Amino acid sequence: MSTLPKPSRRDFMKLAATAGGGLMLGFSWTSTSASAMKVVKDSSLAGGSIEFNSFLSLSPDGIVTIFSPNPELGQNIKTSFPMIVAEELDADWTKVKVVQAPLDTKKFDRQVTGGSGAVPHSWERLRKAGATARQMLMEAAAKKWKVSTSTLITENGMVVHQATGRKLSYGELATEAAKVPVPTDVKLKDVKDFKLIGKVVRNVDNKEMITGKPLYGMDFYKEGMLFAMIQRPEAFGTKIKSVDAAAAKAMPGIVDVVTFKNNVAVVGKSTWQVNKARKVLKIQYEKDGDLESSSDHDRIFKTLLAKPEATVRRKEGDVDAAFKKAAKVVKSEYQCPFLSHSPMEPMNFFAHVRPDGVELAGPTQTPEMARGMVAKMLNIDPEKITLELTRLGGGFGRRLSADYVLEAAELSSIIKAPVKVIWTREDDMTGGTYRPAVRYRFEAALDTQGNMIGYKLRGAGINAGNPTREDNFPSGAVDNLLIESIEHKSTITTGPWRAPITNFLAFAEQAFLDEVAEAAKKDPVQFRLALLDKAKKSPAGPVRYDIDRMRGVIELAAEKSGWGKKKGVAQGFSVYFSHRSYVAQVAEVKLKNNKPVVDKIYAAADCGIVINLSGAYQQVRGGVVDGLGHAMYSNMTFKDGVPEQKNFNSYRLIRMKEVPEIDVHFVNNGIDPTGLGEPALPPTGGAVANAIFKATGKRLRNQPFMEQAELKNA
Amino acid sequence: MATYKLQINGRTYEADVEPDTPLLWVLRDNLGLVGTKFGCGIAQCGACTVHVNGNAMRSCVYPVSAVGNSKITTIEGLSADGDHPVQLAWDEVDVAQCGYCQAGQIMTASALLNRNPKPSAEEIDNAMHGNICRCGTYHRIREAVALAATKTK
Ligand code: FES
Ligand code: FES
Repeated sequence: MSTLPKPSRRDFMKLAATAGGGLMLGFSWTSTSASAMKVVKDSSLAGGSIEFNSFLSLSPDGIVTIFSPNPELGQNIKTSFPMIVAEELDADWTKVKVVQAPLDTKKFDRQVTGGSGAVPHSWERLRKAGATARQMLMEAAAKKWKVSTSTLITENGMVVHQATGRKLSYGELATEAAKVPVPTDVKLKDVKDFKLIGKVVRNVDNKEMITGKPLYGMDFYKEGMLFAMIQRPEAFGTKIKSVDAAAAKAMPGIVDVVTFKNNVAVVGKSTWQVNKARKVLKIQYEKDGDLESSSDHDRIFKTLLAKPEATVRRKEGDVDAAFKKAAKVVKSEYQCPFLSHSPMEPMNFFAHVRPDGVELAGPTQTPEMARGMVAKMLNIDPEKITLELTRLGGGFGRRLSADYVLEAAELSSIIKAPVKVIWTREDDMTGGTYRPAVRYRFEAALDTQGNMIGYKLRGAGINAGNPTREDNFPSGAVDNLLIESIEHKSTITTGPWRAPITNFLAFAEQAFLDEVAEAAKKDPVQFRLALLDKAKKSPAGPVRYDIDRMRGVIELAAEKSGWGKKKGVAQGFSVYFSHRSYVAQVAEVKLKNNKPVVDKIYAAADCGIVINLSGAYQQVRGGVVDGLGHAMYSNMTFKDGVPEQKNFNSYRLIRMKEVPEIDVHFVNNGIDPTGLGEPALPPTGGAVANAIFKATGKRLRNQPFMEQAELKNA
Repeated sequence: MATYKLQINGRTYEADVEPDTPLLWVLRDNLGLVGTKFGCGIAQCGACTVHVNGNAMRSCVYPVSAVGNSKITTIEGLSADGDHPVQLAWDEVDVAQCGYCQAGQIMTASALLNRNPKPSAEEIDNAMHGNICRCGTYHRIREAVALAATKTK
C-alpha cells in the first residue's frame, strides 16, 4: 500500500485559453464541468424554494422543481415521472424544472432502473405527490378568498375561483400553502381529464445532451481526482500468479500500481497515461477453473438436453400420454450465444473513501444495492456513504451489477485518494456479466384436427438460472405441458441483459409456435388466437397473463399490418407478454438479389396508459431495433476462457442502414401504466425469423441469424 | 511531454501532453471539454466525432501531434447557444434516449450538411452509418438530419 500526495490541482497540465484576444488564466474545473455534476443541494434550487414532499418543491416565483429519483439510462424516466406529478398538480410544464435526486432512502423507495418496474411501482405515489400539493394550494387560496375549496379549480399553475374569475398563481400561494396540514386523502384525476399525460413531451435533458454538457459518469470530475484503469484476467477461469509493474510505474503520469483480488489497477493523472502504462504491465496468470470455449458449450448443451432428469418448473396433465396418442409431433431446438451489453458509455465509477465517509458517483441502475455492497465491503455505515447518480449512457442490465462500483471503492480505500475507474471498450466487452447462452428443446403434440394437445420445453442454460418462464404463454392453453430447466455452472460471468431470459426465449417460443402452426396447417395468427380461446374457456392450470390484452395486441398488429392480405412481401408474426406489458409484431421480409431483407416491422403495444408519447414511441422502436440487431448480428464467443470479440470491429451491432421502417401502435385502454423499457424487444426475433421462413422456406433456429448457414448461403 | 497550441471552438488552448495522446483525451482530460465522448477508441462508433477544418473526424485515433493549426470544432463550439440547425432539429425530433452517442451523431450530421446541404435519404444513411447508437434511435436521427437540412440556409 502506498500513500499519495494529494494533488490540489491538476499540476500535470498547463492550460491557457484565450477568448477574444484576452488571456484567460486559471481555467477551472469548478467553473465548467464540475459545477454541473454537484449533488443537488437545496441552495441550488430556485430562490426560497419550499419543499412540499419528496418529489416536489415550489418557489414564490412559480418554478416547480420536481425530483426524479430513478436512474435515467434512456428509458426517459426523468421526463415521464415528473409529467405524472405535474399532471396531478396541474402545473405549467414550462415552469417545471426537473432535478435528478441523489440516492436517498429516506425520501424515496425503489431507486432502481430495471425490469421495467419503475412506472407500475411509482404511478400512484407520483400522482399523490402532485395531487397533495395541489390540494394544499387550493386550501391556501380558499383561506385567502374566504371561499370553499369546492368553488375552486386549478389550471396551468393557477388556482381559479370560478364564480369571480379571480386567480392566484402557485408561486403566490406557495408560502401559505406550505403551512396547510398535509391532506391524507386526496382525489386523483379521472384518466379522461389528463392534459399532459399521453402527450408528446420532449426530453428534459435535450438541451444539455445536444450541447455536450457533462451529464454522464464518464464526464464526472472532482478536484484532485486520479484516473485508473484495471487490468482484469484475460481468460475466465484464471487468477493472478505474479505481477511485474516496474515498467508501468516508470511511465509518465503514473502515480501507483496496486493489485487487489484479481485486479491490477494502474493509477495516474490522465486516462491516456494510465491506458498506455497498463499495456506494459507484466502479469502472469494461472488456471483457477475451467477454461471454456464456445465449442465446449455446444457439447455441454447436448449433454444437458439428453439428461433424463431436470428441474420441473411446471407440469400440467399427462404429457407422456398426449405424445403417445399424437397424430403428429413437432420437435425443434433453438440456441443463442452469449451477448455483451455494450452500453455506449463504458463502465466507470468515481469513489472517494475517507476515514469519515465515502463519496460515490457514477452510472448505476441500482444505487441502493451498490451502496449497501460498498458499505459491507468497507465495513462502514451505509448512512456515511453518499451516492450521486449521473445520467447513464445506456444500461441494458449491465449496470444492475455493482462489480465496477465495488472495484472503484476498494481501489480508493487502498490508495486513499479520490479516483475514477474507467473501463475501455475492450475492458467493457471482455469483463463479463454477459447475457447467458441458452439452448431450448421444444416438442409439441398435435391431434388429428391440428390442436396442440401436448407441449414440452426444456431450457438448458450456462449460468442462466431458470432459462424458462414457465407461466408464460402458451402455458394455460395446453392441457398437457411440461416445462423444465437445467443449468451448467461456468466460470464465465453472466447477468441480466435487457428483458432477461425473454430476450431469447420469446424468439425461440414464437418461432417454434410458427413451426407447430405450419405442421397443423393453420394460419399463425389464428393458431395463437385459438390457443388463447382455449386458455379462456378451459384453462389448463393457472393463467398468468391477461388473455384479452394479449388478444388485443394480436388483433391490432394484424390489422395495422394488413396481415395475410399483402402480395409480394412475406410476413412473420410474434406476440409476447413480458415485464407486465403486451407487444405483438409483424415483420415483413422481401427478397433482394435472392437474399431476405427485413423491410418493415409493425409493433402493437399494450402498456396501459401511455405517459409520454414521444418517449413511449421511441422505447418501442428502440426495443425493436435492439431485438433485431442482436438477433441478426451480435455474437460473443470464447476460446479457452478468452472472449474473442473485444470491440465493435468484431462484435457487430446494428447500424443505420440495417434498420427497417418501424411502425408503432398503442392500445388505448386507460389501464394503469406498465413499463416499456423491455417488452418491445422480445417479440422481434421471432417475427423476423417467421417472415424469413415465409420468404425462403428456411427456418432459422439459432442466433445470430447472419452467421447461420441458412442466410450465409442464401 | 510537449506543449501544443490548439485552435478549438474559436479559441486557442494550450495543453502539455505526450505527442501520441489522442485529441479525444486532450479535450476531455486536459481541456474539460467532455461533450466529445469515448465509445470505442478504435474509430468504430463515432461517439468521439469532432470537426477538423469542417470535416468529421474520429478524435479517438487522432493524435494531438497531428492537429497542427487545424481548426477544431467540438459539440460545445458547434453553436453559441445550442441553436445550430442540427441541434434544433435534434431537440424538435426528440432524438436522444440515453444521449451518449448523440454529440457524435450531431457532429457527423453537421459535417454532412456542411458539404451537402440537401442530402438524399440514401446520402444521410451513408453518412450516418459509421455512428453507432446502442439505444437504436436511428429513425429519429434520419428524421432530424432531414429536418435540419430544411432549416439550413
Ligand atoms: S470513440 Fe472514437 S470512434 Fe468510437
Ligand atoms: S441515444 Fe443511447 S447510444 Fe444513442
